Amino acid sequence: MNQQQTHHPEHHIGLGTYVAVFVALMVLLVVTVAMIHVDLGRTGGFIVAMLIASVKALLVMIYFMHLRTARALTRLFVVFGFFWFAILVVITLSDYLTRAGWPPRV
Amino acid sequence: MNHSHTAESDARLFHQFADMEQQHESWSLGMWVFLASEVLFFGALIFSFLLYRSVYWPTFLEGTHELDLVIGGINTAILLTSSFTMVLAVYTAQNGNHRMAAFWLIVTSLLGLAFIGVKIHEYGLKWEHHLIPIQGLEFEWHGEHPQQARMFFSFYFTLTGLHALHVLVGILAIWVVAYRVAKNHFGNDYMPVEIMGLYWHFVDLVWIFLYPILYLFRA
Amino acid sequence: MNRIATAASEEPSYLGGEHSIKSWLLTKDHKRIAVLYLISVTLFFIVGGIAALLVRLELLTPAGDLLTADGYNRAFTVHGIVMIFFFLIPGIPAVLGNFLIPLMIGARDLAFPRINLLSWYLYIVGGLIAVVTILLGGVDTGWTFYTPYSSVYANGAVVLTGLAAFVAGFSSILTGLNFIVTIHKMRAPGMTWFRLPLFVWAHYATSLIQMLATPVVALAILLVVIERAFGFGIFDPAVGGDPVLFQHLFWFYSHPAVYIMLLPGMGVMSELMAAFSRRRVFGYHIIAFSSLAIAALGFLVWGHHMFVSSQSPYAGLVFSILTMMVAAPSAIKVFNWTATLHKAEVRFDAPMLYALGFLGLFLIGGLTGVMLGTLGLDVHVHDTYFVVAHFHYVMVGAVVMAFLGGLHFWWPKMFGRMYPQLPARISAVLIFIGFNATFFPQFVVGYLGMPRRYWEYVPEFQIYHVMSTMGSFVLGVGYLLPLIYLLWSLRYGEKASENPWDAVGVEWLTPSPPTSHNFHETPTVVWEAYEHEMFPGSEVASGRPAAVPSHSRLAEAD
Repeated sequence: MNQQQTHHPEHHIGLGTYVAVFVALMVLLVVTVAMIHVDLGRTGGFIVAMLIASVKALLVMIYFMHLRTARALTRLFVVFGFFWFAILVVITLSDYLTRAGWPPRV
Repeated sequence: MNHSHTAESDARLFHQFADMEQQHESWSLGMWVFLASEVLFFGALIFSFLLYRSVYWPTFLEGTHELDLVIGGINTAILLTSSFTMVLAVYTAQNGNHRMAAFWLIVTSLLGLAFIGVKIHEYGLKWEHHLIPIQGLEFEWHGEHPQQARMFFSFYFTLTGLHALHVLVGILAIWVVAYRVAKNHFGNDYMPVEIMGLYWHFVDLVWIFLYPILYLFRA
Repeated sequence: MNRIATAASEEPSYLGGEHSIKSWLLTKDHKRIAVLYLISVTLFFIVGGIAALLVRLELLTPAGDLLTADGYNRAFTVHGIVMIFFFLIPGIPAVLGNFLIPLMIGARDLAFPRINLLSWYLYIVGGLIAVVTILLGGVDTGWTFYTPYSSVYANGAVVLTGLAAFVAGFSSILTGLNFIVTIHKMRAPGMTWFRLPLFVWAHYATSLIQMLATPVVALAILLVVIERAFGFGIFDPAVGGDPVLFQHLFWFYSHPAVYIMLLPGMGVMSELMAAFSRRRVFGYHIIAFSSLAIAALGFLVWGHHMFVSSQSPYAGLVFSILTMMVAAPSAIKVFNWTATLHKAEVRFDAPMLYALGFLGLFLIGGLTGVMLGTLGLDVHVHDTYFVVAHFHYVMVGAVVMAFLGGLHFWWPKMFGRMYPQLPARISAVLIFIGFNATFFPQFVVGYLGMPRRYWEYVPEFQIYHVMSTMGSFVLGVGYLLPLIYLLWSLRYGEKASENPWDAVGVEWLTPSPPTSHNFHETPTVVWEAYEHEMFPGSEVASGRPAAVPSHSRLAEAD
């Protein structure tokens, strides 16, 4: 460890971890593509694919974007982003799930 | 924490900040707040797409089959790799190795260009198959609902187009940062590379969701 | 007065120093950028005001005689788009917020001065696109861009107008980003969250909305632009698209956007109430948290704009109930301001008259908002002048009153000159009278059934429209007066002291106008918000007239 490395310890994650995360991301990519050969039904396939994508996204955010060592305030704004997105989705769906005439006849 | 800033890093201090720590935290927070905003931007578009997909899923399924799984997969692998090389750039910058940092930044931008290249190839295939939903162009669809297919491809081009735009902006920004890193303008201050990395990883993150929703829901 | 001159001669004020146009156009000083914004929002206010007068003149008679039907549509669209995107949204934050937030928290500048300048340039680019659109004949979609009308059928340059709004939105996002980071990271020693002026709390809440809501409307408008330019069919019912989805995305931003306009005005109100009743604001914590509550709850109610769209009635019910909830934090603020005035020695200087005007107009605007939030009543008066009157009471009555009140309050700080009190008071009263004369009749005629956005109407409504148009001229004079005497004061006004109103706040410790770097040394805050006793710049604290060079006083504060 040279001297500069102690300069900003809050962002330090080891090289080994980065490699491991990269390998994990590639493995998950292969897994999610392979899943199309497994019949989980329309909803099941959707949920599994989104779960895998979420795990990949979390890996990127926690390790590559240093959320693991970030301040609470930074994490709070990440939560804000996804929470407000959830507000948009949930409230808009409250309309679509109860609307007469939706889905439109096609 | 060790706060022995060198004279070099203090020369990097902008006048509105009291010290480097405040400056770094402000930059980092600023980028994260911006990314939170981007989450809503892409989130609203992805939500709209999924909303229509849940209604017109038979046609959207046919649309998905028009997209090439392998090309999309290659592009995903390219972006994931570029995220890894970006992390290496940040890592080497943290360790004060500005030459290697500049090298990894350039590699990252080249992978970004490769992504764009593959994307252009993919758009070209859509052109050949007459699947561009622009008014005045011939749109050939042999399925039951050509209108819904138009909508699928409207979303395909909007989603991937806006994403590609973000990639292009990222590439340009990386070149600026890489140039300045190579010239050692930042000295010990690795934060510009870190901030650049945050943006790039976010662009990767968006694609991590675009790939399954556009290419993978085939059942 | 002389001592101020000495202080100023030590270091030039932000207005002194370099005078070249280049030094202004490339400035990174938040105070100069605020002045740039002040000039530009004033110009857009005039453009929007001219369009408003055209609309009012057309409505003077029941027949459509002054403008063509199409011309009338274009006039109210220009009025709406310019006033909302180019005046109200940037108005208080980009002018007063930009100028004051660093001064109020004891910072040398915003966290990102270059991004601040960039945000002004984006605003100008958006504004120029809007002006070009107007010169090309404008658009007739209304400011709401509802699909499929805007995306398929509308005449005029929808694509350009959409781009203008999109670029302006980008500018707004960057301003919000700057404020959030600045308020989190740049506070002076001792300036804890609960010592922040309520103006800063209000702007923090505003910035959160700007960050989290603006991207969604940017996307919605972008989709309209794409749909119109390329024929993509995302909102077009002819190809299976859902126009109501556009309304969801649009109002997800545009309802909270009302609070982007209103919250900073409420922040100004808290400052004025404290300064002119010379006491701490009653219920400081509650007002601070009510700003955050408004920002959060404001995101849950957008569907009350869509009661008569094909939105699900069950969703309508939920939106209606949630709308009642968002009224609570606003009411809390009004009660607390009133309680602040209770048994206080209130001074009725011009800024305070504007503040009292805000109270009256916001009360009417807010309460009619609760009426409109009631699902059953809204179905009856939807798209009538009742709605027009309601949102003008909030967005124009209240917000412009607060803007002018704040401008009169901090004008001496911004430009170092006092303006004459008498015309300022007259203008405050004129605006209050003119405003009510313009918009109160619209409640009546709306309730009677006059639809909005109509060019002709039945003769029995004429009396209300005549009253309204007459009132709008009084209002116009009220708005013109400040332009005259404020500009006059720049040259002929009496020089202002550091703290002419004997108010409490870090900004009143700086010279009027402040120096480029705001503070000789970073101030240390030892007083609670609005607390006269501990505030080094207060007459109560020092027992001296409020004209001592700032650095000596800051030293005392240490």
